[in-house]
Amino acid sequence: MTGPAPAHGLDPVTFAILTGRLEQIADEMDATLYRSAFNPIIAEARDACHGLYHAESGATLVQGQKGLPIFVGAMAFAVRAVIDRVAREGGLAAGDTFLFNDPYLGGTHLNDFRLVRPLMREGRLFAWLASVGHWLDIGGNVPGGYNPSATESFQEGVTIPPVRLFRAGVLQQDIVDILAANSRVPRSNWGDLNGQLNALDLGERRFHALLDEYGDATVAAALDAATARAEALMRAHIAALPDGTYRFEDHLDNDGIVDAPLTIALDLTIAGETMRLDFSRSSPPCRGPVNIARSTAVAACYVALKHVFTDVPANAGCLNPIRFEIPDTTFLGAAAPRPVAGYTETILRMIGVVFGALAAAAPERATGAPFGTINALSVAGHRPDGQRWVLFSFFGGGLGGSPASDGLNHANNPISTATMPPAEILEAAHPVMVTEWALRPDSAGPGRNRGGFGACYAFEILDPGGAEAALLGERGRFAPFGVAGGGAGALNRFAWQDGAGAHAPPMASKITGIRLGRGDRLRLETPGGGGWGDPLTRPEEAVARDVRRGLLTPAAARRDYGVAIDAAGTVDAAATAALRAGRSA
Amino acid sequence: MTRSARLVGVDVGGTFTDLACFDAETGLFRTAKVPSNRGDEAVGFMGGLGAFGAPAALDAIVHGTTVGTNALLERKGARIGIITTAGFRDVIEMRRRDRPQTWGLWGDFEPVAPRDFRLEVPERVLADGTIRQALDPAAMRAACARLLALGAEALAIVFINAYANPANEKAALAVAREIWPNPHVTASHEILPEIREFERSSTTALNAYLQPVVASYLGKLEDALAQAGFGGSFHIVQSNGGVMSTAAARAFPVRTALSGPAAGVIAAAAIARAAGFTDIITGDLGGTSFDVSLVAGGEAALAAQTTIDFGLVIRNPMIEITTIGAGGGSIAHVDRGGLLAVGPESAGSRPGPVAYGQGNSRPTLTDANIVLGRINAERPIGGALQRLDSEAAAAAIATAIGAPLGLTVEDAAEAIIRVANARMAGAIRLVSIERGHDPAKFTILPFGGGGALHVGALIREVGLRGALVPRYPGITSALGCLIADIRHDAVETVNLELDGLDAAALAARMATTGRMTRQVVAQAGLPITEIEVGFALDMHYLGQTHTVAVPLPARLDAAGVTLDIGMVRAAFEAAYHAAFSRLLPGLPVRIVNLRTTATGRRPPFDLMALAPPAGASLAAAGRGTRPVYFGGEWREAAIFERLDLPPGAVIPGPAILEQPDATIVVDPGLVVRVDAFGNLLMERLP
Repeated sequence: MTGPAPAHGLDPVTFAILTGRLEQIADEMDATLYRSAFNPIIAEARDACHGLYHAESGATLVQGQKGLPIFVGAMAFAVRAVIDRVAREGGLAAGDTFLFNDPYLGGTHLNDFRLVRPLMREGRLFAWLASVGHWLDIGGNVPGGYNPSATESFQEGVTIPPVRLFRAGVLQQDIVDILAANSRVPRSNWGDLNGQLNALDLGERRFHALLDEYGDATVAAALDAATARAEALMRAHIAALPDGTYRFEDHLDNDGIVDAPLTIALDLTIAGETMRLDFSRSSPPCRGPVNIARSTAVAACYVALKHVFTDVPANAGCLNPIRFEIPDTTFLGAAAPRPVAGYTETILRMIGVVFGALAAAAPERATGAPFGTINALSVAGHRPDGQRWVLFSFFGGGLGGSPASDGLNHANNPISTATMPPAEILEAAHPVMVTEWALRPDSAGPGRNRGGFGACYAFEILDPGGAEAALLGERGRFAPFGVAGGGAGALNRFAWQDGAGAHAPPMASKITGIRLGRGDRLRLETPGGGGWGDPLTRPEEAVARDVRRGLLTPAAARRDYGVAIDAAGTVDAAATAALRAGRSA
Repeated sequence: MTRSARLVGVDVGGTFTDLACFDAETGLFRTAKVPSNRGDEAVGFMGGLGAFGAPAALDAIVHGTTVGTNALLERKGARIGIITTAGFRDVIEMRRRDRPQTWGLWGDFEPVAPRDFRLEVPERVLADGTIRQALDPAAMRAACARLLALGAEALAIVFINAYANPANEKAALAVAREIWPNPHVTASHEILPEIREFERSSTTALNAYLQPVVASYLGKLEDALAQAGFGGSFHIVQSNGGVMSTAAARAFPVRTALSGPAAGVIAAAAIARAAGFTDIITGDLGGTSFDVSLVAGGEAALAAQTTIDFGLVIRNPMIEITTIGAGGGSIAHVDRGGLLAVGPESAGSRPGPVAYGQGNSRPTLTDANIVLGRINAERPIGGALQRLDSEAAAAAIATAIGAPLGLTVEDAAEAIIRVANARMAGAIRLVSIERGHDPAKFTILPFGGGGALHVGALIREVGLRGALVPRYPGITSALGCLIADIRHDAVETVNLELDGLDAAALAARMATTGRMTRQVVAQAGLPITEIEVGFALDMHYLGQTHTVAVPLPARLDAAGVTLDIGMVRAAFEAAYHAAFSRLLPGLPVRIVNLRTTATGRRPPFDLMALAPPAGASLAAAGRGTRPVYFGGEWREAAIFERLDLPPGAVIPGPAILEQPDATIVVDPGLVVRVDAFGNLLMERLP
């Protein structure tokens, strides 16, 4: 089967060459920021993204391959916001660079600062360059911004609308000063801002050189052809799925304010080579910070589909065959100033729901649900010299089992390619001691191919002045589901121990203001992934291996897999046969 | 000190074992190529050595090996046990919480030691080096006994914060050495006393994983050499391009992971330097991949860390080799979105290209080169096949590429070559432009059999200065074994702020480490002219997590090391500016790691030994013409026997130069000149 020949008289070889050259420039922009960023969320966790966007529509033309997946979907909306502003006010000049973090104009949350710069060719706008990176702190009630008890975005930090950080190449120091005055860590933000500017400078140089070499018209034709190619690939994938409507639902524990579950309900309809994603049956906007803007919701669906149809290039063409129903009567299409700091939890659940609906259409492509929570934990205090310290990190869990293998143990979330700071870096930078950094037994969803295992992390406070901790997490009440007969992973668990004993948050995985003294401890246990396929068909040897490795208890082996086994990993074959026969009957 | 009159370099690759022999007394240079014997590489090694007469008459052998690389890639290392701090036995399995691909959630990961072979002992060191809990020797003994009972052959010991204070690890090592029945015990502070427990754990575990394999291989070779009467010295090339003793290779086998390719880069740098070029990019086109390295100012670029495969990280200075999945066996196809792509899927060397007639029907890059007359179908490289099936290659290209894109078979074949060239050009840009180097100053030096088919196109595609094709591209790595210096690297985490730095204390620390590394080089047992000890610091602005490598002008001499804050600051600002062009004045600066390198310079190797024999002439080297397809048309290209060309010969493109293990394509618009060493210098026509 072949696709359409590239348009505009572009020869196939030039198209192939330019496709690689364009991606390489975006990759290099990503790498530049990772290396020069100050905060570990960009430098280590790669919470950033760069690309080239359409001059008129803002649609994504080119993205780096390592860019944070959720941003790949969201950036087009951010560029669109700048285009709208310029359309209203006019006066775009070479050397202008816009800066903003308004989550309702381009998705995600307040920590994500976007820089958007025109790529001008002989006085005319050719395309937009953009950079987004997660800054460590931009004010708000909780250091790091993940405030699980926010009821308005004003409690999450300062909102910056699209403003010109550079006017015709001249830095507007006033804006920098306003930003600095609104953060607990202005130096870190200043370093990250410079890193993003490094990336934009580099991208601008590289794109100009490429345009000089190939000519603007040829590069424009290649960009059009790349969009057409992504659309053609996506249509071919959809056409291969059986027509019909597939329904799936999953839930958030609560919004951090009202202790009631929220539902994400999807009706996914395949009709020929088009797909419709209808989230109308989902819960209404909520008081706590798990609302998301519609642009964020679309970006989340994009991430889900890219994980299933991995060969489709990362540009706007792949969304052309897809229609979205995300009404503003749901918490997936919320409006300002609804709080959004916990947006990650909502989009992770949405991605899972898309996987769940597609699993019914194509079980051979399905995976069990990923662990599905970022567990944003902040632990902060003041050193004896008065200087503030903030330990802030996201934590891993298991991915779902797939038709090919068990799920990956201790992975990052599908919205991210983040690597985790090592325990030694956390200890060197903060007065804490890590007492456990381990896989969590019995956390994987059972299946013919089980999910990956989640993890246990435990910390002891060493600061004589104590510390204050906050957590924004999920999956405390609704476990990551299995598919094709597979079972669910373990629930998320968080607890702390002080002089008065052990405590757990009343809202499962969302809490602020935990006071800890020296020697007090925190413990986080993250979910594994959901399983794929009937666990009773998992080979006994594979079950025994997990028992020998201390990852599956004999009790769970019996309960979940129908395997009778002792602690040493010796299987009782007769008892197992009887157990399995009894279950499958 | 060993005499080194007759010196042999041996590079054992996946398919062939290449050898180069140099007799310093006669000035005679000889080469040999024999098939590698996978699984028992010592057999091919000894067979090839026989080409130079009795091993007893040789004085020194230097060896580039892929035994370690293959054991890692094929997961055929030893059964190892790991003992860690309580609470941390899963570090090597949890990694840095990454996943294999950005997009797609399938796949899992098996570490080199399964969880039941990873045990914990009570002990704890804090980040500042304070011992919070001393090691319990009884628990350590019990853990060792348990691992031995399970059948572990080698042991890795990795304790948290051992980089800050190795006392507990040293105590554990002492206990283990009492019990462990073989020398295969590694502690992390010996391998990598650097912060970040995953990278240190992975490197230490992989070292243990390779120890029995590499030790057994070296033992076999040493036995065979002794039996053959060889009484000279025997050394191994490290991934950093330096040579080490076999004792060091047994202790640090993880440092051999890129042994062979590193030797090739060292030889390439030496060949280029002799020919008058200090800025080169090496390109090694194999069956499945294209490997690129950069040499600037005569120095090969080093990478601090290399990922061998998902989750298998080695943190140790290695020649930086960038690999892309585009080789002679890479398969060309048109995807469902209409894009022509070459690789990364490869037919390898078996079944290999369609033209090999070994069962593959999907066209490869080599097939395109055959169809266009660039590779001589009647004279296959390597000599294993009699002739190549050009017709089958053409049919495969017509079906898979020509028909869907509406191109003739020749244009489809040329399209495959251009797309492959573009991918190779991307790899060259990655190591040059993206690292701040101007490609117009660099010359590409192809080695291996296939690179010289494509360098002409790469000169234009990337805007390189030209190409330098060595006289024997196929034995470059073996030649590197003859040339490589002796080298020892050490790294230690120091964590010092630049403001208020006690420069004298740091200088004293540098001198101590410098003397230790110099000692290792001095004891290696190969003739050297001098030992140079150099230093670099890993530095950043306080708050950053990544660092820039800052080479210091300071050297170790008899008086020690001289250092002041101004020197360190200037060096940092120069390095940071070169990397990011934007300094951040006023922010505090931190020194994270100290890197120390001792280099023992080997006596210079006169590359004139490789030069063409007297009496060669251009006319005698001519082999007529044949049609070759360039830029959309068939042209009559002049054909020459490359090794018969005399120094000073000038050949304009289009031309094809053939030799037993390589083919050189001179595109129209380019010209080659043979230099005094027999190298080909390819440039654009003025």
